[in-house]
Amino acid sequence: MRAEDYQRRRQELAGWPVGIVSYKLGDRFICEIDNVSPGARVARAEGSTREEAERAAMAAAERRLGRTRVHDAS
Amino acid sequence: MANYAHPEVLVDTAWVEEHKHDQGVRIAEVDVDTSAYEQGHIPGAIAWNWTTQLCDTVRRDVIPRDQFEQLMAESGIGNDTTVILYGDNNNWFAAWALWQMKLYGHKDVRLMNGGRKKWLEEGRELTTDAPSVARASYSATGPDLSLRAFLAEAMDASANRSKGFVDVRSPDEFTGKILAPPGLPETCQRGGHIPGAANIPWGQACNEDGTFKSYDELQQLYASKGITGDKPIIAYCRIGERSSHSWFALKYLLGYDDVKNYDGSWTEWGNLVGVPVEKGPQGGS
Repeated sequence: MRAEDYQRRRQELAGWPVGIVSYKLGDRFICEIDNVSPGARVARAEGSTREEAERAAMAAAERRLGRTRVHDAS
Repeated sequence: MANYAHPEVLVDTAWVEEHKHDQGVRIAEVDVDTSAYEQGHIPGAIAWNWTTQLCDTVRRDVIPRDQFEQLMAESGIGNDTTVILYGDNNNWFAAWALWQMKLYGHKDVRLMNGGRKKWLEEGRELTTDAPSVARASYSATGPDLSLRAFLAEAMDASANRSKGFVDVRSPDEFTGKILAPPGLPETCQRGGHIPGAANIPWGQACNEDGTFKSYDELQQLYASKGITGDKPIIAYCRIGERSSHSWFALKYLLGYDDVKNYDGSWTEWGNLVGVPVEKGPQGGS
């Protein structure tokens, strides 16, 4: 078994830059989303298609990222 | 390996492909996402769970020495075994495991450059089969506290500016804009950084594919923030795993002699009563 059709891209989600990785492993697609800075995994989901895996991972990531509180840093 | 000071502590994915079944080599995967191993892992690799096997589960601490010896023995690791560590998030917790193995004196432990991400991206073989491992005999030394900073030392170093602090968190965590990486739970009461610290996010030490930058690039990166190895260095982050990654780069790739990981990190400092905290960018107040 090998990861096939490995793809990665960046976009913004809930106001935060994220990295989105997806690939096929066996008969399942896997999507992993990180928060770019610092690069921590925010969500991971599986699906029978790439779209299904990405949709589920993005929904979870959006929910979690949306809870991030921003403070006055001065 | 790119003129690193200690190239023997790093192997590339091709080396692992070639040597993964060698006698005397043990590969261990250590992930942030502890379920990743079951999805598929390098054939022959075992897994360590950082939340239960690489820390004391009662008090906040690294794994005690006797449990470390037990973990090694159960993992089929003897004192002379070559251990290859890799994991997700560009080896965050693999580096944390390597740091602990060095604390307890293991001689030959190496990181797989680029970690799990690079192995997957290169389409290399994976399996869901866990290997059967014969128990070994293991005797640890240490802990070697020249590799670990505790709070008292960190406070003294900050007050006297006697050591170079490297805060490897993101700029937003460093300034105090956020208390945890976006999307993760907050684990501190206050935001900001240790006074005197330089912000050099761990990811700046890596290329896009997760491998470490070259010696020259790393040297420039750290020197640009005043970290040159001319005085002792303390690396920290939020809980000590990202800083293990930067500690590895400073200690072994650049070869700076006196580098410690302050694993108490911001989760300790940012919860203390009465300690100084600096907010804003480096040199701010």
